[in-house]
Amino acid sequence: MRQEARGRRQGARGRSRFGLRNSGMNPQSFHPSQVKFYAVLTPLAAFMLLPMVFIFSHAFKPPDELFAYPPRFFVVNPTLKNFTDLFARLSTSNVPVSRYLFNSVLITAVTVAASIVVSSTAAYALSKKRFGLKQTLFAINTLALMFVPIAVTIPRFLIIQRLGLLDTFLVHILPALAMPVGLFLIKQFIDGIPNEVIEAAQIDGASDLGIYWNIILPMIRPAIATIAILTFQAAWNNVDTSAMYINNESLKTFAFYLSTLTSSATGANVVAGQGIAAAASLIVFLPNLIIFIFLQSQVMSTMSHSGLKQ
Amino acid sequence: MTTKLHAAWRNWRTKEASAYAFLSAYALLFIIFIAVPVLVAFLLSFTFFDSIQTPRFNGLRNYIVLITQDDIFMKYVLPNTIKFAVLVGPGGYALAFLLAWMLAQLPKTPRTIFALILYSPSMTGGVAMAVVWQTLFSGDPNGYLNSLLLNLNLVQAPIQWLQSPQYLMTIMIVVTLWGSMGVGFLAMLAGLLEINPELYEAGSIDGISNRWQEIFYITIPSMKPQMLFGAVMAIVSTFQAGTIGVVLSGSNPTPQYAGQLIVNHIEDFGFLRYEMGYAAAGSVVLLLMVLFFTRLSNRLFREEASS
Repeated sequence: MRQEARGRRQGARGRSRFGLRNSGMNPQSFHPSQVKFYAVLTPLAAFMLLPMVFIFSHAFKPPDELFAYPPRFFVVNPTLKNFTDLFARLSTSNVPVSRYLFNSVLITAVTVAASIVVSSTAAYALSKKRFGLKQTLFAINTLALMFVPIAVTIPRFLIIQRLGLLDTFLVHILPALAMPVGLFLIKQFIDGIPNEVIEAAQIDGASDLGIYWNIILPMIRPAIATIAILTFQAAWNNVDTSAMYINNESLKTFAFYLSTLTSSATGANVVAGQGIAAAASLIVFLPNLIIFIFLQSQVMSTMSHSGLKQ
Repeated sequence: MTTKLHAAWRNWRTKEASAYAFLSAYALLFIIFIAVPVLVAFLLSFTFFDSIQTPRFNGLRNYIVLITQDDIFMKYVLPNTIKFAVLVGPGGYALAFLLAWMLAQLPKTPRTIFALILYSPSMTGGVAMAVVWQTLFSGDPNGYLNSLLLNLNLVQAPIQWLQSPQYLMTIMIVVTLWGSMGVGFLAMLAGLLEINPELYEAGSIDGISNRWQEIFYITIPSMKPQMLFGAVMAIVSTFQAGTIGVVLSGSNPTPQYAGQLIVNHIEDFGFLRYEMGYAAAGSVVLLLMVLFFTRLSNRLFREEASS
């Protein structure tokens, strides 16, 4: 109840903004007082951007530019050779590179879809249903926000082994669905939907599933977009699952293949494979960026509900 | 009696069963992949377990060995982890707040562009960028940093950046900070934009005279929940980033243990030496460290009962 009241207050607050403001927080347009922030942020942003610009530039360099001395940052004669080389390659165990890419696409798509269903149904129950363990379960999930998956790779390995999930597609997907931060963000977002909306639907005779499907889901699109992005990043960039729980080379992911290209531990020739590794890095990086650009406004509106109360 | 039970069951079914049905899929996965592994790690930490024979109970021995006899842990892993965690955790967190605070004072379009640029490094994590760092910090004269320093005559011979103990840790910290403007940063930015502008007006009437006072007396207290969320995300991602040293140097253990963090130590013992009980004790210590730091930030940003 308290949170709903807070949600309403925030709404009122948003509307009560007086006039156009050009300085201070959330200004409407440019004001000379902003110059100092541009002065700090522009060089910093340029610095943060460098590695990403480098990835773009490096991936399109022909061999003579990759190994030019002195090294040149920007590409002069861009070529697609690195990409054609990449896809013409077989990994050390004779798996074509396109197979890794196919695995990654399939795993990521299924994981994102399943994660949306699993998290949003649970979040709906935790936010709007009344039941005995509600507070306890939410408290447990909040505690689990600080869970560090990497700390329990070994017990996870033993459990996955017992369940017979080693060397299956499912092992890529199932562990990624238990995402406390996703449940948390959606639950906070659903808290902002007034109870009256749901009560009205109940009076009209809507079932729980009907309310979830027809009312909740359409209203929480921003939160769904946000956890879609978070799950996408976790699944698409995941290397650990392939490294630890998969022996069958043809079930591993593209991100894992990239890590073998850059790891000196596996005996990969870091220098000779540089162009190919750069092309593969770009393929891993680009979808993250594109998806975030499309969904960023939805993410920001979810994040304003992200406050953690103790 | 049976009718009474039956009525209670029907009552429960109409009132609560659907809630549990909605929760069931998530709850099941949560139990299998989060709750049980934490419990198993805890139990295994009191055993000797080589992954072949059944675990043998040996009390607190793993912890005692970890603290008193594991030279590598006490000499390298623990100091490294603390150094890394303190610089990347609070350091990255303060940086994220400061950047979000500056961004909040720009109009929408430039703000969105800057936020996108600052957030994008966190999207990929260390692996996709390994090729970048390996090229930039390459040890031969052809590496970008070496080539630059050689040209400027700042060094006489190329430096093995990623293989030298004295540089590896610094590079790990810089690389992790570069990618640390993640979800917590976005949450803080959103929190800053939600603060009622009237509060600032009221503050200036009440005698707040400079920007720092405004930040400490108005801004931060008004967005404590987002500050706390950001803190938890910063702590988790700091410890989660533990593999960066191995990614950069390409080997576990890292050269002369210079970049060895607790996560690498766990993997070293668990997957390379198959001392699973001992590795589990390391896991428990890691989880306790996360818990400790989270409690600490709770204390800093706890909301007063009234709000």
